[in-house]
Amino acid sequence: MIYRIISIAAFLIFAPLVGGLLSGLDRKISARMQGRIGPSIFQPFYDVRKLFSKQFIVVNPAQVFLIMSFLFTIIFTGCMFFGGNDVLLCFFLLSTGATFLIFAACITNSPYSNLGASRELLQMMCYEPAVLLACIGFYLATGSFNVSDIIQADMPAIVKTPGFFIAFVFILTIKLRKSPFDLSTSHHPHQELVKGITTDMGAKTLGLFEVAEWYEHVFLMGFVGLFFINKNPWSYLVAVIAVLATYFLEILIDNTSARVKWQVMLKSAWGVTLLVAGVNLIILMVV
Amino acid sequence: MWMIPFLICFPFVVSILMYTIRVNKIRNIITYISAGIIMAVVGLFAVQWIAGGCREMELYYHTHIIDMIMLAAVWLLMFLVTYLSFKHKRKIISLLSIIPTLMITYLELYGPQQAEIAHVHVDRLSVLMCIIIGIIGSLIVIYSVGYMHGYHHHHTEFQDRRYYFFMLLFVFLGAMFGFVLSDSLLWIDLFWEMTSICSFLLIGYTKTEEAIANSFRALWMNLLGGAALVVAICYAGYTTGNLSLSNLVELGALGDAKAVIPVTLIAVAALTKAAQMPFSKWLMGAMVAPTPSSALLHSATMVKAGIYILFRLAPAMSGTTTGLLISFIGGFTFFAASIMAIAQTDGKKVLALSTISNLGLMVACAGVGTAETLWAGIFLMLFHAISKSLLFQNTGATENALHSRDIEDMHGLIYRLPRLGAFMFIGIAGMFLAPFGMLISKWSALKASVDESNILLVLFIVFGSATTMFYWTKWMSKLISYTDTEIKVKDITKKDELLSLMIHAVLMIALCLLFPVLSTVYIEPLLVEVFGTSTAVLPMGVLLLLIAIVVFIFFVPLTAFRYATSIKVRQIVSYMNGINVGNNKEFVDSMGENKHLFMTNWYFAHTFGQRKLMRPCIWITSAWLVVMLCIIIGGAL
Repeated sequence: MIYRIISIAAFLIFAPLVGGLLSGLDRKISARMQGRIGPSIFQPFYDVRKLFSKQFIVVNPAQVFLIMSFLFTIIFTGCMFFGGNDVLLCFFLLSTGATFLIFAACITNSPYSNLGASRELLQMMCYEPAVLLACIGFYLATGSFNVSDIIQADMPAIVKTPGFFIAFVFILTIKLRKSPFDLSTSHHPHQELVKGITTDMGAKTLGLFEVAEWYEHVFLMGFVGLFFINKNPWSYLVAVIAVLATYFLEILIDNTSARVKWQVMLKSAWGVTLLVAGVNLIILMVV
Repeated sequence: MWMIPFLICFPFVVSILMYTIRVNKIRNIITYISAGIIMAVVGLFAVQWIAGGCREMELYYHTHIIDMIMLAAVWLLMFLVTYLSFKHKRKIISLLSIIPTLMITYLELYGPQQAEIAHVHVDRLSVLMCIIIGIIGSLIVIYSVGYMHGYHHHHTEFQDRRYYFFMLLFVFLGAMFGFVLSDSLLWIDLFWEMTSICSFLLIGYTKTEEAIANSFRALWMNLLGGAALVVAICYAGYTTGNLSLSNLVELGALGDAKAVIPVTLIAVAALTKAAQMPFSKWLMGAMVAPTPSSALLHSATMVKAGIYILFRLAPAMSGTTTGLLISFIGGFTFFAASIMAIAQTDGKKVLALSTISNLGLMVACAGVGTAETLWAGIFLMLFHAISKSLLFQNTGATENALHSRDIEDMHGLIYRLPRLGAFMFIGIAGMFLAPFGMLISKWSALKASVDESNILLVLFIVFGSATTMFYWTKWMSKLISYTDTEIKVKDITKKDELLSLMIHAVLMIALCLLFPVLSTVYIEPLLVEVFGTSTAVLPMGVLLLLIAIVVFIFFVPLTAFRYATSIKVRQIVSYMNGINVGNNKEFVDSMGENKHLFMTNWYFAHTFGQRKLMRPCIWITSAWLVVMLCIIIGGAL
């Protein structure tokens, strides 16, 4: 019990730091890949500090409450996860959080924001199966949906669930809104959808959104790490390395690919899920 | 227990009154009173039975006279169907009624001596069904009084036959009570046919070309199911000599070969009632009728009859080929119908497809037939009954105000018709969002199908829940989108309609808050009754977590809302790439003129449309049904 409380407290305090640093690292590495020097690794913190020093600027007043609900739902999801609870329920709750974000985007009348919301919804449909299957993979490999049981397993889950892991990493690109699947938003605001889902968010609201993103990224990376953790203490080190490697891979994909159409995204995401995770599922269930 | 015959007979008596009284005002008052009486008696029945310790009861052993009356009623229904199918030049359909009626008559009069059985069986499942039918059904009846008034006000082209409409509603309720309380297969058959024919008559209410065509489609599909049921009854009568449903289920659960064919045929018959593929088209066609009848068919009656009988059969299907047959069809329907719902812009069509889809999940749960899946199935049924009834009634009321039920026209409904918009929001949230029970049922169904190693079902649920989320969120986001609040729409919802909607919304939220209690106090003992062993479906950890989530979800947005309304915000116009005109309604087009801005949703009609997907889906499920039936029946003979 005491470990759970410590773990939740650590998540609440350190997740924004880790999330912000990951985001800074992302920008730094991306810049180096593009032959630029790039901003400081702490730039995301400076950005958010500046956003919070502004007032609340909104198009529709309801945006503030929806974004706040989004943020707190994500935080609660993370607390559930790091408190050692059911992974399936965590992701169900995360979807509820994501719907708050979609509502916040479509409640304004901006075509960019609305289009971003529609596309975000489509992205959810693309990644949802792989996410649920990954949870089932943990259940089949360790006999439990609970994080606290999964980390006590004799063998890391990845041994039995490589297919689920590959599918999850594939859809992680969609979940992190990275190119080629950055349909709902783009990192470069001079494109056909401007900034998509966040177009009409500004000042403090955008700051809240950024913080929510940090929490979400830490949760997702925690889930990636969960594949590698077992009762051996050294497995935590492996997990950290695996998380960093996965994150680097996402940055690499982001910088080497161009945005695709939604049909390609849907087909490839569902195809990979069905082929890789599906085959893994059949093997685990039948054998 | 005077309440049992009262619940079955009282609606029939009222229906005769409804038909004879042609003065609207008097009839309306009687309708309110009768609906109130049904609700009160159901409540009394449930309370008294639960206070008496929830004992299983078997009643009515000697019923020779009633049996004969029922047989006469079956003949009456047969004459009605034959007359109507000759009148509308669909003679062949009458055979689906004549042949089963002759078979059942022969069995009863000249067949082998049957064992003496209790004709009525009361247990937790039937009481639960009674509560659903009594409460939701009566609320729909109350709603219809106001709705039908508005309906005939707007649709002057249809003949005002409200006396006939209300008669059918009450007959339907009576038949449903009879259906869920009977244990005798002969009684079940009569009530089964009665619900089929009631829904047929309700669908054809407006007498338009389309309504008649759709009503006959519903009729032949349901009569086909009825025919399968009659064959099952005759087979059981000749081989086991016992026409009690519970006896049949016991035999099936023990693995008796004699029970295989009847169980399979009854389950297939239930597929037609529950509108599963390949029989789902009748429910889609049922929307031509006035909204209350859709609400009734989709939530409290008709389709739930199919689900109820499958839940009864669940122990006999667990781990058998029949279970495989049923769970595949259910899972496939869940997935396929939810994909097709994406492409629909008509609100009622989305609701219909989502009913089919959700029923698919319940059917799959029954087909797997373990305590866990049945738990999930029962909760799905409960939540579905309430939120679907709410959504249909709400769509009807919205249609009366907007003169359209297109989702695109519901743009910003929450600002234009705040009450209806809010009810619709609650109803949709109940269908798929955490912490409402649908989601936790899905959790349980997913876990159980993994435990049972049902790979296909796992995949269907996983992909189906993704598509389900897509079409519901799309609709919800339409409701809250920014709109011109200056264009006023008059809310012409009647008081009785509002009352019904309000009670539904309260029930929805109460169920969400109370469902851990309901699970431990009522549903888990129910599973003990069915399976004989106790299982804690929800582990304590999950239960506590759920309570935390419920508290969180109700608390956080509320607090955030209060905070957000208290702070000072600066409102600006939305980003439109520099071609704003100063408000959010218009932009400057390339000719330099102001143009109205309107955003629509995605529907992908060419990718996910019914026109494209329905036929292959029907072929796949038909092929599966035929092949599996051959294997099961061939193996049992």
